Order: sequence, then structure tokens, then C-alpha cells
Amino acid sequence: MASLDWIRKRFPIEPFEKLLRKKEVPVYRSNLFYYFGGISLLLFGIQVFSGILLLFYYSPHAGGAYESVRFIMNKVQFGWLIRSVHVWSAHLLIASIFIHLFSTFFMRAYRFPREFTWMTGVFLLMLCLGFGFTGYLLPWNELSFFATKVGTEIIAGVPAIGKFIQTVLRGGEEVGDATLGRFFALHVALFPMMVTGLVLIHLIFIQFQGMSTPPALENKTLKTLPFFPNFILRDCIVWSLTLGLVLVLAVYCPPPLGAKADPFAPTPQGIRPEWYFMWMFQTLKMLPGHILALEGEQAALLVMGILGAGLLFIPWLDIWTRRGKRYSPLTYLGWVILIYMIFTTILGYLHS
Amino acid sequence: MKITYGYFLALFILLAPTMVLAENGEQKKNSCVECHKLIDDENGGVVGLMAHDVHAQVGLSCADCHGGDPSSDDIEVAKSPQKGFIGAPKRNEIPQFCARCHADPNYMRPFNPNLPTDQFSKYQTSEHGKRNAQGDDHVAVCSSCHGAHGIRRVNDPLSPIFKRNAPLTCSKCHSDPEYMKAYGIPTDQFEKYKKGVHGILLLEKGNLGAPACHSCHGSHEASRPVETSVGNVCAQCHTLNRDLFAASPHKKAHDQMKVPECAVCHENHFIQKTSDDMLGTGPGAICLKCHKQDSNGYHSAKAMRGFIEDLKGQVSQAETAVVQAEHIGMDMSDSRVELDQAVTLLTKARSYVHSFSPPKIESITKEGKTVADHVKQAAKTARAQWVTRRKGLWVAILFLILLAAGLFLDIRRREKKS
Repeated sequence: MASLDWIRKRFPIEPFEKLLRKKEVPVYRSNLFYYFGGISLLLFGIQVFSGILLLFYYSPHAGGAYESVRFIMNKVQFGWLIRSVHVWSAHLLIASIFIHLFSTFFMRAYRFPREFTWMTGVFLLMLCLGFGFTGYLLPWNELSFFATKVGTEIIAGVPAIGKFIQTVLRGGEEVGDATLGRFFALHVALFPMMVTGLVLIHLIFIQFQGMSTPPALENKTLKTLPFFPNFILRDCIVWSLTLGLVLVLAVYCPPPLGAKADPFAPTPQGIRPEWYFMWMFQTLKMLPGHILALEGEQAALLVMGILGAGLLFIPWLDIWTRRGKRYSPLTYLGWVILIYMIFTTILGYLHS
Repeated sequence: MKITYGYFLALFILLAPTMVLAENGEQKKNSCVECHKLIDDENGGVVGLMAHDVHAQVGLSCADCHGGDPSSDDIEVAKSPQKGFIGAPKRNEIPQFCARCHADPNYMRPFNPNLPTDQFSKYQTSEHGKRNAQGDDHVAVCSSCHGAHGIRRVNDPLSPIFKRNAPLTCSKCHSDPEYMKAYGIPTDQFEKYKKGVHGILLLEKGNLGAPACHSCHGSHEASRPVETSVGNVCAQCHTLNRDLFAASPHKKAHDQMKVPECAVCHENHFIQKTSDDMLGTGPGAICLKCHKQDSNGYHSAKAMRGFIEDLKGQVSQAETAVVQAEHIGMDMSDSRVELDQAVTLLTKARSYVHSFSPPKIESITKEGKTVADHVKQAAKTARAQWVTRRKGLWVAILFLILLAAGLFLDIRRREKKS
């Protein structure tokens, strides 16, 4: 490694190399899921890179946002590709984080000593959903405008603070120029800063604590693989294939821009959120008007809030795993929730 | 303190008469209403009808039209000619009866300064008015259309003369063969109008921009348009077509033949949605009604239709090309704008048929074809870009596969070594 020697002569990188070489990756049937953390990292990198390129031309004003996206797609050299890659990479990023989170959950990798690694991961998922929600409005087209209107109306249903959050997000009573400005600021400044910080913490934790093995395999002697360079090189193969997938989707299925948002037009038919919010949307649609003393929507938001908080504190809530039990009822509950999410998502698409 | 009491006293003295007047105003006696309420059914419920009447709404009472003294309970006094009682006017006196106020600008101004006061003079020039003056008491008078009691404002959707209701109101007499027998005019106008493009728009779709009977015939001045002025009637909306027609050789010919301009091709009440088939020499072509085969008009009609068909084909091809490019995921929004321009030029060419000038239509269609060609070219370029993008993609994919394969071989080499 002549290049590394060149660096070693100039910088004291030995401690980092030692840290990288220290980590071992267990080899077993399900270790394919270990790659989804790396895939998410690559996709986040693509998002940052393509996002910066889009920023060169994007105009965050209701009067020019749509036109600037159209300009990027039609006039800027490879602009169509950059936007398409940004959109598809965002979809795949959220899908990858979901897979990463659920695989970590089912393998109970959140248990001691990785509680905080889990928590940073849950925060990262929430931030990425925030990225999706804020980014969806930025092209200022009909679909995104009304989906944001509906989305922020749902937020207003949160008991006590909902209306306040809605006003802060919208920057007023209605979705308009102020909303676009706020969503833009969150999307390109606050969220990237927070995600970068959390990703670094997440990676440092993983690097120090190593890869987790499922409880069932904990007492078995597993073959291991050095993280550096063997696993990293495998990661590179997966990254190449992921990049290929992003490019194929970007070229073959470019996201349409649709019609420009018209705040005075009636809400068009078939307004729906992005696929990752569909299960929540469908749940809200299916609920009755009132559940006990609460409105149906408020009750659903309350349950979702409890589930979100439960997800965050799962390392402490899973007392069965903490007591060293082989099976945890929470794992079965996780399967039920996952199946429910898939079912309601499909139902949502069938109904719309 | 004395000064303060003095002020209150003075104020009381000043306000007292107005208080008394207001009190009297609220309780003003109206013996017409009191009696007519009791005989309501016999009189068609006039008191009930007056609740919606525009005159009652602005504070006019029965006596303001019919005279008499509503403050008296004695019928002899209340309906005494000495008290100005007129009673119900005879049918053919109704226009003059209403005109006492409606033709007096000074009287009408306080109620609505913008309300016209020429209805009666216009009525006198109308067919209805002329016949009424001759003693024909079958013809329409004010109450025939507006009603007698319970008259609503023109813009009230429940008014019989609200634009959407007006054709039905006219048809009550004009579609009654028995009633119209003496006048020897057709009674199928409403049936035709209903099925025509204007009737469908107004009556079925509720488009108040579409014309009703009075839009062409006039309301108070209602009459049959003179043949040579039909163009002016249609021009109230179809201005460009009238101007083109007026400058065309057809205008002179129609005037000489005393045929009703636009109505010769488009009919009057049964106006159909126009189609390209009306032009040219094919089946359904109206031109053939007058122009014999191999005449100049025949050749002009054929040429004009040819130009329009040519542009229509080009626009259709351009649209197909745009749809195909969009279908493969290319953004064709700029081309869509251009395509709209081509469609506008096609519409313009169709309008210019009223100039009956093949060179003019040729020039417009030529412009339209240039735009359509540009759109087709843009769609072609988009398709070529689509191919290039895919080629580029597969080069990139090949590179990534090679990279992945190289990495795989490198891993194998390393793991074999260790």
C-alpha cells in the first residue's frame, strides 16, 4: 500500500488503522443485512452530492421553484440525471434504512452495549423521513403542494401542540411561499447538519463496539471476517451494484414534474403521500371519526407517537432480552407491525 | 348643570318628531294587505307573492301602483277614484301602467341610478309593442315576462327572465301553436334552440355567457332581425368572424340575395357545433348548397379544406410525437407550449374560413405547419437523447460491473493468500 505509506510518513494514522483492523464481522447466513448500513451511507453520500448540484440552480420561492426544477430538467447539462438520481436515491435510502432498522430490530442488535447506537439509528430514520417530507414540496408541483397541505393538516391533529407545529412548519395559516422557504431551510441546512453529526456518532459507536451477532448465535463460534479491508471491499461491490440500480431507475423511470402548484385550485383527485408515509395515511383514512373520548385522527397520532417513542426506547423496554431470554414478545410485535405497514401501504395504493 | 339640562331638553324636542314618525312608519296601516290576505286564494295569493317582489323590497306599497287609500278600512274610501284608485290595468294598458315610473328617470334614480328607463320606448318599437298599440291583446306585455306580483330582479335565478330561464319564458307563448296561430310564425324555435350549441351551453351546462333569445332578438325591443343585419347580431360575440365575413365577397352576395348572412350556413335557432366537414366539397359540406361543381367557389372551398386538413394532420402527428416522447419519460413541457400555438393557429385558420380567402388560410396554416414541424423535431431530438441516455447508462453499468468483478477477484486473491 504505497499510498498509505505516503500518508503514514506525513500523518499519524496508525491509531485509525488499528481501529479499522480491530473490527471483525461475523460470517453467518443472515449477514447480508450487515450491508444495508453501508448502502444507506452510500445513498446519503449520493444525496449530499446530487443535492449540492441541484442547489446551483434551484430557486426556493413559490414564484420560481417549479420553473427552476423545470430548467434543471430541460436546460442544464445532465440536470435531468442529477434530479432523477436525487429522487431515486432518496427512495432507496429510506427503503435501505427501513431494512437496516428492521434487521437490527429482529436480530436484537439494540441490546447491551449498543443502546445508543440504536437510538442514533432511530433518530436517523426519523430525520430521513423529515428529509422526504420537506423535499417532496420543493418542486412546488400540484401533487407535492396538496400532499404537504394534507400532511400539515394531519400534524395539526396532534393534541395540544399540533396547531402550533403546523403554524411553525407552514410559516402561517396556509401552505405558501413561507412554507417553501422553511422546508427548504430544513432540507438543505438543518437536517443535513444533524444527519452528518448523527451518522458520525453512529459510525464511531459501531467501530468501537463492533458488529453484533444475534442472541441465538452468541454462544457459537462463528467464522469472522476482518472489517478492513475484506468487509469494506465487499461493501464496495454492493455499493457499485447499488449505484448501478440508482442509475437504471434514474434513466428508465425519471420522476415526472407534473403541473405547477396552484394554491387556488381545488385539491385534485388521487392526492397521496410518498410510499413511506402511506401506511400512516391509510391508517388515518380507515379510522372511525371518534375513538373513546378522542377524535379518530388524534387517537391514531397518539398511538403512532407512542410507537415512535417505544421504538426509540426499545433497548430498555425489551426486558426479555435484557434478562437473557432466547425469545422476546417484542420481536413478534415487530413482525405484526411490519406486516401491518406493508398491508396498509398496498391497500393505500390500491385505494388511490 | 342648568346648561346640561337645557341641552337634553333641546335634544328631546328635536328628536321627538322623528321618533313619532318612525313609530308611525312601522305601524303604517295597509288595508289592501289586510283585505287581500282574507281573499288570498281568490286573487292568486298576491300578498304572499309580494314577499319576494322587488317593489315591496324597496318600500313601495300596493297603492304606489294601484292608487287608493290604504289607510282606510272602508272599501268605498280605500278604492275610491277620488283617492286615485286605478285598480288592475287592462292587459294592453300594462306597458303604460309600468312606464309611469319605469320611464321616469327622476323617479327611478333614487332606487337605482343605473336602471335603464327606456324600456317602454323600446317596447313601442318591438313587434309586441307595435301589435299592442294596434289593440292586439295577445301579445306580450311587461307582466307576460316579468310577472305581475312577486316580480324578481333580472339577476335573481328564480326570476322568469333570468338568462337561463328566459328561453322557457319566451317559449310559453312562442311554442304554443294554438296561441301563435294568428301570427303565422313557426313555433319550433325553442325545441331547435334547446338542441343547438347555444341552448346546450345555457340550459344544460348553465353557461351564462351563452346567448338566450333576447341576446339576439332584444328584450323590450324584441323583433325579428333583418336579413342584412344578422351578422351584427352574431357579432355581439363572434366579432372576428363577422369582420372577416363583412370584408369577404360573401357579404355583397348575401346582401344582394337578401339572405340572412351567418344563418345561411349556421342556421338561426338550431345552431350546430361547427366541424371541418361543413367546409369543402365532401359529404356534409355546406359550400355545395350554393357553389356548383367546378365553379370558383367550389375550388376555393376545396383548397381551404385542404389547407386545414393538412395542418390538422401535422398537429396530430406533432401531438403523437410529444405523447410518445413523454411516454418514455422525456419532459416535453416546452414542446407542449409550442403545440398549443399550433393548435391556436389551426383554430385561427378555421376562423379565417369566414374570409373565404384560400391565400389567407394558406398563410396561417403554413405558419402552423412550421410550428408543428418544430415540435416534431423537438420530439425526435428527445427520442434521440433517450437513446443516448440509455447507451450512456449501459456504459456506466458495464464499468460498475467490471469494478465489482475486479473487487471480487481482489477479495478472493486476498482471502486465498491469508
